[in-house]
Amino acid sequence: MSLQTTSVPASSAAAPPEVGTPAKPAVPAPARAIALLNRFAPLLAFAGLLIVWEGGCRLFKVPAFLLPPPSAIISGAQEIAWPLWLGHAWATIRVALMGYIAAVIVSIPLAIALSSSKLLSRTLYPIIVVVHSMPIVAVAPIIVVTLGASDLPRVVITFLITFFPIVVTTTAGLLATPEELIELSRSLRASRFREIVHIRLPFALPYIFSALKIATTLSVVGAVVAEFVAAEKGLGYMIMFSTSFFKINHSFASLAILVVVSLTFFQSMVLLQKWLAPWSLPRSER
Amino acid sequence: MTDDPVISFRNVVQDFQRDDGGPVRALDNLSFDIGRHEFVAVLGPSGCGKSTLLRLLAGLVFPTSGSVEIFGMKVTEPRDEIGIVFQKPTLLPWFNVLDNVTFPMRHKYGRVTQTEKDRARELLDLVELGQFTGAGIDQLSGGMQQRVAIARALLLDPDILLMDEPFSALDALTREEMSFELLRIWTEKPKTVLFITHSIPEAVLLADRIIVMSPRPGAVRELLDVRVPRPRSLASLSDPNFNELANHIRSSLFSRRAA
Repeated sequence: MSLQTTSVPASSAAAPPEVGTPAKPAVPAPARAIALLNRFAPLLAFAGLLIVWEGGCRLFKVPAFLLPPPSAIISGAQEIAWPLWLGHAWATIRVALMGYIAAVIVSIPLAIALSSSKLLSRTLYPIIVVVHSMPIVAVAPIIVVTLGASDLPRVVITFLITFFPIVVTTTAGLLATPEELIELSRSLRASRFREIVHIRLPFALPYIFSALKIATTLSVVGAVVAEFVAAEKGLGYMIMFSTSFFKINHSFASLAILVVVSLTFFQSMVLLQKWLAPWSLPRSER
Repeated sequence: MTDDPVISFRNVVQDFQRDDGGPVRALDNLSFDIGRHEFVAVLGPSGCGKSTLLRLLAGLVFPTSGSVEIFGMKVTEPRDEIGIVFQKPTLLPWFNVLDNVTFPMRHKYGRVTQTEKDRARELLDLVELGQFTGAGIDQLSGGMQQRVAIARALLLDPDILLMDEPFSALDALTREEMSFELLRIWTEKPKTVLFITHSIPEAVLLADRIIVMSPRPGAVRELLDVRVPRPRSLASLSDPNFNELANHIRSSLFSRRAA
């Protein structure tokens, strides 16, 4: 799509102006080159990185079980049938999604409660901070022992790492509503419920969406950490399993899939915000 | 204007709790009456409690002693007779212009009927935004946004319009233009207006009477009648009464500050 939009004006500008058609203002060639470079620079940088990686591995004859070149990762990935990959990916995605959804369901009402009552905020906030201060990697094995071997401990671990930014950011957003609008609401004698639903929550949406975006990548981290501790499936499990057999190329392939999962998850939140609340984005991003 | 007053302040004292616990006196023994369809401007230095005065009337805060009355009844909660225009337009960016004007209805009663929508359109015509009903808020200039806020304040047809430095966030030219706009709107839809400002010319141009307040704790220093004939226009700015009163207020405010 983006390739088309740039190539069309570029080719029409390059063609000699036909007789009878009004001449279009010509874009000078250097400006066009810079515009193209601007658009493809990230892609070029990424490709360059892969080339350096591949070349470095070959040039210095790095053993493939220490650092495989990209080509070895791709061929390594093909050693495993794709339904198997899908199975592993789905195991991780499922846990990440369940933990994420649980975190959203708990965090947003909790944030509303915290922002509505000073007493509640003073009571609960320290507990939330203490829970969040426990390193998730340290808590994960304990949770697995307590909750047994199923999806449940993994979902709980994902939940624990995901809910904190949502609670904190949503609370901040709910408290950032313009004071005048709250006064307007009070002067109309509207209910507290309407004050939250009509004014506070919509005003907090930019905050909520940034929290939801941060939480996407965290949920994948949570799922992988949980799989490190106890799992028989999933991309995190794949990384543990294949590193213990020095099949580093399989680990890298799993990692690549995890990156794709994270990015997709993040991007879907970006799209959701564009669709549901375009006004909450700066004009350039709508 | 010899009827019973619409608004009356009787020996109003307002103390606030400071962060360190000590009380701060914001308003000290304030008494005045405002008649029906009278336009009263409140003028005073920053922090003299002008906004507190407005919030007392809106029923958002309550006096430490004394009483605030509307139509002879003590204000004990926010009342329907009041519309408020704030310093900033504070519109809702997720609604278009029309939905912002009908918002008080939606917010208070949960739904907006066709009658209110028609009324909102009329009000938008009144503030000369008739062709912008479907526009997004971020497409409007600051002055236009404040006009929407005025239309919103008028939606429930209040008897009293409270305006808290409504034009102070606007640029100088727009501000002057909005003053004349407000005069026109007030002539078409007469209301009892309490207009808080720290602009002397704005107060003199708009008001029937001006309450000049002293710095903290705020008290009525002077109650001045504005003897510039109505209807007022650009020509009023060069009326001798206009300049005389403006100069009087200026020296009154500044002489005390220097002392």
